[in-house]
Amino acid sequence: MSGSLAMPEAASLRPLEHALLRRVAGFAKLLRNHDFAVGLGESADAARLAGELAAERPAMLRSAFKALFCSRASDWKQFDALFDSYWLGKGMKRVMKVGGSAPAASRPSLAAPSAQAQGRDQPRQLAEEVSHLDGDVPQEGGTATSEGASAVEVHGATDFRKIADPYELAKAHAAAERLARVMRTRLTRRERARAKGRRIDLRSTIRRNIARGGTLLELRLRQRKAKPLRLVVLLDASGSMQMYTAVFTRFIHGVLDNFHEAEAFVFHTRLAHVSSAMREKNASRAVERLSLMAQGVGGGTRIGESLATFNQWHAKRVLNSRSCVMILSDGYDTGSPELLARELQRLRRRCRRIVWLNPMMGWEGYRPEAKAMQAAMPYLDLFAPAHNLESLAALEPYLARL
Amino acid sequence: MPMKLSVLSAKLAEAGYVADRELAMALHLMALLQRPLLLEGEAGVGKTEVAKALAAVHGTELIRLQCYEGLDRSDSLYEWNYQRQLLAIQARAASGSTVSEDDIFSERYLLERPLLQSIRQQRPPVLLVDEIDRADEEFEAFLLELLSDFQVTVPELGTIRARSIPHVVLTSNATREISDALRRRCLYHYVDFPEVDREAAILQRRLPGIGAVFALQIARAVGNVRKEDLRKVPGIAETLDWAAALIGLELTDLRSDPETVFDTMMCLLKTQEDKSRFTREVAARILGKVA
Repeated sequence: MSGSLAMPEAASLRPLEHALLRRVAGFAKLLRNHDFAVGLGESADAARLAGELAAERPAMLRSAFKALFCSRASDWKQFDALFDSYWLGKGMKRVMKVGGSAPAASRPSLAAPSAQAQGRDQPRQLAEEVSHLDGDVPQEGGTATSEGASAVEVHGATDFRKIADPYELAKAHAAAERLARVMRTRLTRRERARAKGRRIDLRSTIRRNIARGGTLLELRLRQRKAKPLRLVVLLDASGSMQMYTAVFTRFIHGVLDNFHEAEAFVFHTRLAHVSSAMREKNASRAVERLSLMAQGVGGGTRIGESLATFNQWHAKRVLNSRSCVMILSDGYDTGSPELLARELQRLRRRCRRIVWLNPMMGWEGYRPEAKAMQAAMPYLDLFAPAHNLESLAALEPYLARL
Repeated sequence: MPMKLSVLSAKLAEAGYVADRELAMALHLMALLQRPLLLEGEAGVGKTEVAKALAAVHGTELIRLQCYEGLDRSDSLYEWNYQRQLLAIQARAASGSTVSEDDIFSERYLLERPLLQSIRQQRPPVLLVDEIDRADEEFEAFLLELLSDFQVTVPELGTIRARSIPHVVLTSNATREISDALRRRCLYHYVDFPEVDREAAILQRRLPGIGAVFALQIARAVGNVRKEDLRKVPGIAETLDWAAALIGLELTDLRSDPETVFDTMMCLLKTQEDKSRFTREVAARILGKVA
């Protein structure tokens, strides 16, 4: 099987091989754009296989690539369609439209619709960004903020002032602290050596008793190791959330104080990692530092894009399978709902739970009608109000079950 | 030298596993690229059977590591036999001879666990890491290291290199999301419930007494049962149970004795909720479609 590229003229083989390589690389790129975890290793293996199999039976390429490139059930289900559209040109019209005008000059003769491989997503995102800059922000974003602000003026302003009051501030801290305590650390079965425990740890017992000439006087035991839940908070600091930002930053401050493993991010049109600022012992100084970092808050909120940044740069480091992601936002998004949905879906794969706390939900007659909220709903484990301290406290039982 | 795809398919069939083309290709690539294979799918679709069949194909041993939460190196890789070591030390101390450390930490006192066992075979075995999603992340990371280097360091003994590289099959029921790194390292195959024809073929292979028509009837009926809204969808094992029950009751046609067929259909259902939902009318409807 190894040297199966045995064809008559070795010289004329070169360009063909080269073209095939490019096609395979293009395919890998297409898959990557569809959230497949495809690395260089896979591409190299695929190119090798393509060389060997194409010579024998091209029909086998599909099942070979399927085994190689897929890595989860969702990949498995969409693979055939992607394969067909790339290699057989089926359903390519739709994909071509999205791709826009890609440089067609360098395409090898073998290739059909490799255009969609050239950064299928970038043009679309760019186009969207441009459209936001032109029209969306003043229109949609404008209405969103004004709607938020006008309604908040009635009860929100007092809320805000109340929390500035030191007594209420202490209460907010207490609530956050209580929350932190009930998020009980999950017991795992992984054990570690301890002075007290259920089982004898022979390895460390022997090690410990070397000093006694190998006579086992002191037993070392093993016990279950407690593993803390990790909480990641994403706070919306956009204009429409202004009235609540102060409360929530204090809440986050309490959380970071109490949780062993917690991270905090603030987003509006961009995402900022604020854990270090929030770890400041003095609460008011922490909030001050935060407001400095969150400055430059313009018109709208780009939840989808901020989540994309989070997924791309922070998720790997910050999340594990024991993480709970808490999003504090009113869901007034000036970005596209599709992007938000896609990023939430990606986020879901990485963490245990997604909780969305929406301060607007506390208002009478509020229904999550914002487009972004609608798009996000299917991916949330919990969608709850968070307009006052009671609603935060009401989360306790849920978080305790995580 | 990996065997040809056609040979592999034939051997799989010989081993009693009816594989579709994609699975055969995945198994072929495993040998070709020397990568592990990750199998996902519902419980009861025969993921573990794949590994058994693969062992039969290669004519090697199957070494199985069942994962569970808290699985660690000492359960999966190696452990010193402390009891024997202590006994040896005391016995020699009593007889007055000196005990050398090299002696105590030698192969004699090493307990091989599945992972170490699998890389120390002369012939490459099939290593089945079953339900990897039940183990925790630390173990996953460690497994990843082992799967890329195929060598293990035992501090007291030194580095143990693989004598032969095992064929590694991992299975997952998706109770927990597996890390991207491990997924990328592996070939992937999603094991679905078999189509009617394939299930009939499996029945015929496993229960030689069954007629071709009857097998097809049963496969169709089970296929329809799977379309019902059930909490626990019956797998291939359940189909085999049911078919065995029917044969034991000397039935050769599903339509001949609806009463017995309905009673035995309980082989397919595994929860009280499903049983109560599965009324005689539902059964009659399903059996009606079979003909």
